[in-house]
Amino acid sequence: MNADTLLALFGHFLAMSMLAIGGALATTPDVHRYLVDERAWLTDAQFSAGIAIAQAAPGPNLLFVPVLGFAVAGLPGAFVSLAGMLIPSTALALAASRWGGRRRETRFVRAFVAGLAPVTVGLLLASATLLAAPYSRSASALGVVAVAALLSWRTKASPVWLIAAGAAVGALGWV
Amino acid sequence: MLSLGQVLPGPNVVNLALMVGDRFFGPRGAAAALAGMLGAPLVIVLLLASLAASLAHHPVAAGAVRGMGAVAAGLIFATGAKLAPALRKNPLPLALCAAAVVATWGTVGLLRVPMVWVVLGIGGAMLTLAWWRLGSRHER
Repeated sequence: MNADTLLALFGHFLAMSMLAIGGALATTPDVHRYLVDERAWLTDAQFSAGIAIAQAAPGPNLLFVPVLGFAVAGLPGAFVSLAGMLIPSTALALAASRWGGRRRETRFVRAFVAGLAPVTVGLLLASATLLAAPYSRSASALGVVAVAALLSWRTKASPVWLIAAGAAVGALGWV
Repeated sequence: MLSLGQVLPGPNVVNLALMVGDRFFGPRGAAAALAGMLGAPLVIVLLLASLAASLAHHPVAAGAVRGMGAVAAGLIFATGAKLAPALRKNPLPLALCAAAVVATWGTVGLLRVPMVWVVLGIGGAMLTLAWWRLGSRHER
């Protein structure tokens, strides 16, 4: 496996880790820009498939990172991507945890939470928009996006069942 | 600890497990928490990914993955929608929060501006406003 590719993957996810305010999934737009648009390592379809598989599987949603790394460069790709995504945030979490819960309510921390909460919501909506974009030419696929969003938002439908239903509808060729 | 885990960059659940492991058992606890959170799910998800890749040429499997992708996009819309009501409790005015949501969504999702500029620009401006507002409220 090409060492340059692995190094580039590692470096990219190191940077993404620092931007992952409000969860790993919110970095999807930049990950897509890099892997699909700039490097052309993955197609749109492979990218969406990776996100979907990670959502369907058990475990934290950051697992889309090793899945995409795997699609680019096999097992080594999966490991360097995951390591890149974990190292900065892990170090920061440990440092913050030791720095102490007693200072959690400081003005800066509260301002940080308040100021970045709307940005987090915007980033999630942007990620979803980007993932829905390849389906924009199919009305039935956009229907699936909308129904999944409504069911997940308004009911307690489990994501796993929604994704299974999506797989069934897709296998029938309706998407 | 939960709120701290959510604020920090990086995956929330993983950060939380890490901090709990570290608090009770030190660095080895943190490492064990990380391995426990990620080990088995990682194996499962990579098996699924390689299965999907090997079936990619099959039209039925490719259709199934397309359907899953559409649902995945919908799920992320819903995640954003579920977080939005919490903005009512934000110390910043709701209209300002809504404007920041729309601006972030538009610049990143439609104009495809690199996230770093948006997080530093809009995020930095909002943080500054929140800092100022929390301070002025405190003095009163």
